[in-house]
Amino acid sequence: MTEAVEKHERSRDARSIINDFSMIVASVNGSGSQTSNMALIRALFRMGIPVNGKNLFPSNIQGLPTWFTIRASSKGYTARREAVELLVGMNHATFLEDLEGLVEGGVCFYPDHFSKPEVRPDVVYYPMPVNQIIKDVDPPRDLRDYMSNMVYVGVVAEMIGIEIEAVRDALDTHFRGKTKPIELNMSVVEAAAKWAHENLTKRDPYRVERDDQTEGMIILDGNTAGALGAVYGGVSFSAWYPITPASSLADALISYLPQLRKDPETGKQTYAVIQAEDELAAIGMAVGAGWAGARSMTSTSGPGISLMAEFSGLAYFAEIPVVIWDVQRMGPSTGMPTRTSQGDLLFVRYLGHGDTEQIVLLPGSIAECFEFGWRAFDYAERLQAPIFILSDLDLGMNLWMSEPFKYPDHPMDRGKVLTAEDLEKVDEFARYRDVDGDGIPYRTLPGTNHPKAAYFTRGTGHDDRAIYSERPEDYEANMERIFRKLETARGLLPEPVIEQGSSHEIGLISFGSTDPAIQEARDRLAETGIETDYMRIRAIPFSDEVDGFVKNHERLYVIEMNHQGQMHKLLQLNSPDHASKLVSMTHNNGLPMSARWITAQIEAKEMDS
Amino acid sequence: MMAGKIETQTEIPKNENLIGLEKNDYRGRETSLCQGCGHNSISSQIIAACYEMSIQPEKVIKMSGIGCSSKSPAYFLSRSFGFNALHGRMPATATGAIMVNNTLKAIGVSGDGDTASIGLGHFKHLVRRNVPMTYIIENNGVYGLTKGQFSATADKGQELKKVGVNPFMPVDICMEALIANAGFVARSFAGDPKQVKELLKAALSFDGTAVLDIISPCVTFNNRDESTKSYAWGRKYEEPLHDVTWVPEREEIKVDYEPGNVIDVEMHDGSQIVLKKLEKDYNPTDRIAALKMLEETCCGGVLVTGLIYFNKEQPPLDAIENLVETPLSRLTEKELRPSAQSLQELMQRFH
Repeated sequence: MTEAVEKHERSRDARSIINDFSMIVASVNGSGSQTSNMALIRALFRMGIPVNGKNLFPSNIQGLPTWFTIRASSKGYTARREAVELLVGMNHATFLEDLEGLVEGGVCFYPDHFSKPEVRPDVVYYPMPVNQIIKDVDPPRDLRDYMSNMVYVGVVAEMIGIEIEAVRDALDTHFRGKTKPIELNMSVVEAAAKWAHENLTKRDPYRVERDDQTEGMIILDGNTAGALGAVYGGVSFSAWYPITPASSLADALISYLPQLRKDPETGKQTYAVIQAEDELAAIGMAVGAGWAGARSMTSTSGPGISLMAEFSGLAYFAEIPVVIWDVQRMGPSTGMPTRTSQGDLLFVRYLGHGDTEQIVLLPGSIAECFEFGWRAFDYAERLQAPIFILSDLDLGMNLWMSEPFKYPDHPMDRGKVLTAEDLEKVDEFARYRDVDGDGIPYRTLPGTNHPKAAYFTRGTGHDDRAIYSERPEDYEANMERIFRKLETARGLLPEPVIEQGSSHEIGLISFGSTDPAIQEARDRLAETGIETDYMRIRAIPFSDEVDGFVKNHERLYVIEMNHQGQMHKLLQLNSPDHASKLVSMTHNNGLPMSARWITAQIEAKEMDS
Repeated sequence: MMAGKIETQTEIPKNENLIGLEKNDYRGRETSLCQGCGHNSISSQIIAACYEMSIQPEKVIKMSGIGCSSKSPAYFLSRSFGFNALHGRMPATATGAIMVNNTLKAIGVSGDGDTASIGLGHFKHLVRRNVPMTYIIENNGVYGLTKGQFSATADKGQELKKVGVNPFMPVDICMEALIANAGFVARSFAGDPKQVKELLKAALSFDGTAVLDIISPCVTFNNRDESTKSYAWGRKYEEPLHDVTWVPEREEIKVDYEPGNVIDVEMHDGSQIVLKKLEKDYNPTDRIAALKMLEETCCGGVLVTGLIYFNKEQPPLDAIENLVETPLSRLTEKELRPSAQSLQELMQRFH
């Protein structure tokens, strides 16, 4: 019997709460707690326990408070939870405030050079001799601050039953097998665990036990997932400009493209990634590359989308394939750059002056970030249009469990492109002519060596041969065709995910990262006797199922993270005869959605109805 | 044979160039610009240069922004692909297009509003990245399509009927290009078609960003004799730095000149620019001297034209990015989508 198991058996009692808690690590931004938090969450994951990690961080390089939340859930719930049972209080400035957030009878780990707080006598305190342990282990001087964060990893692991080998596995993944940092960090973890074993007595009920619920699963952030999707979708050009919370998507492209997309013989690149001078240029380059025939993308957040409005309208009207990721953050304006939101929906949907309706994909999980990441290029090239993918900070930057990503299940769709050989067979090539009746014209790629191939791309009014025109009938015919193309898009884009019972009374509607909170809330509501159906929308323009779901229910709650109820408005426009059945429920304070908020709202509204 | 005259062995077939195309194959649609506009004259020289260089028109992309100048790509090379994009943003669309197909010759046509005002930042970053293209600025000092406002290249103290006196110093596009480390900076005058054509040919042979600032009078809004952007002024005060001739690779240069009279610059594609000395010595490979010359002549009552600066040592962007030989836009699923096995292996890392 290992020491850990022995100790675990020893302290187990009827009061134990197994694999169900939220823990907050409160620290100072820039102090190097990230590695420690990764080690804890990955270790839990390695033990087969469902987890989710959320970093609540300030827009700051160093010095401001930051909180990392780890939720373990035996039922597999991954949404933000409002109750916090365990606190690792490493930030003196917020210590008392952090303590106030703990549940009755919660647990607090803190460095013993903080004085023991005189509030919250209900809390179980575990002081940690951080400085002494670091002094004893004596890591290199320049790494001391970072290493001192590993003390809480060791103490927490020992006190709640995380296996030390799982911590080692987690560090092995984090440092990609580099022995030196793994051993250095483990020396602190082991010393801290040993100290806790010898000096602390377990006085709280929160424990973890090995489970088998993460077998074969992966844990990852949505921005990396989206970037990998793009890589497997064959992205060959990306231009971007740094912005929180989208930068890590471009970072992931820059990190994975060299591993996956170099010519094996010459070592040369089958891609180019350019950091542009601003978002205007980032999308401009992406549009230029899409025009020239490449699978092209850019990634940004709200303020960047504002700058991209001009080119989005051009790409829409000149019908150029391009993929645009919007990892949403809190607006308006600079807003709260490090807080999550779904506030760009209406803006992106109608991005561009004049009559512009953009195509929007709405991934609700990291697996969908990957899937939509590659599918978006097929849609862009098939529909000859910008494709927007609306993610958000919570989905993009936090750690989520997932089944491993599925390899694309069909060959690339490069859309309607005429080659020189094709041009030989046609009498005339007219760039914007609706030959097939689906609103989608044919295009040629620059450089196609045929006298009929060339055409002149413009954002000005044009006839079906792409020639400048101000004739009213040319303008109308072109606009009607573009909207016919959007009708074609309805049947092509991802359909909503619908979970339908038999009652047809209450329907919940959502999109994007709120999905885990809604799943959890539906279970809780069912326990109190409120059965709900659920539709998660995955693309705009809406497919027919969306209107069908609205028609089929008596009351529909549209749950989203913005102030205006933006999806609610779009749904009312889409189902005007049923508009009064749609009830808007908006959560808009920068924090991810929680199940408790949803259940409270619905219970209150159902009591009224 | 006259001293300094350059002769070549070329015998251009009567109506066809080396790839069997006629000059008509290089023409565009009928211009909608004003009669006498300098831009039309430049379009003619683009047609002539591409025809004489036997450039395959389908292998050319014509990139532009917004404005009178940016409309002009519709009026030359109809068999080439054109992209009339957004005001000031041509550098961005050109960068993207060229990076995914670097086998195409890119001709960018912009104006002084497009390049020196709304797009100045993009212009300087394009030059800084050395995107391989010919970047023409048809510079007339005025906004024509919006009917006669000053542009950023208008002279300080100049008066226009509609808007009064310009209180600001002009932006010198050649100087901006030099400061951004351009490897090819030239200035010309639409009223000097021979020089425009030779500089265009040289620019089209350069494998980085070639900046060609061409004073191109606006006959409607800025052609009074005292304007430095007028035909009369250019004709009177143009001072070429040298006599420019571009000689293709296949031709042997037969030059009869006095030693020290000619500077001969070899391009990456084997063609050469031959610069014959006029009154003063001018060395186009000295960047500081080029800046000094521009500074000294900026308000000095002359229009200095010619190849202001040349340096072919800087790698173009496509070389920096280490791209495969096949243009990125022509890669197929085989090259673009990594294997299923690679995804499986990758997933192991996230367990």
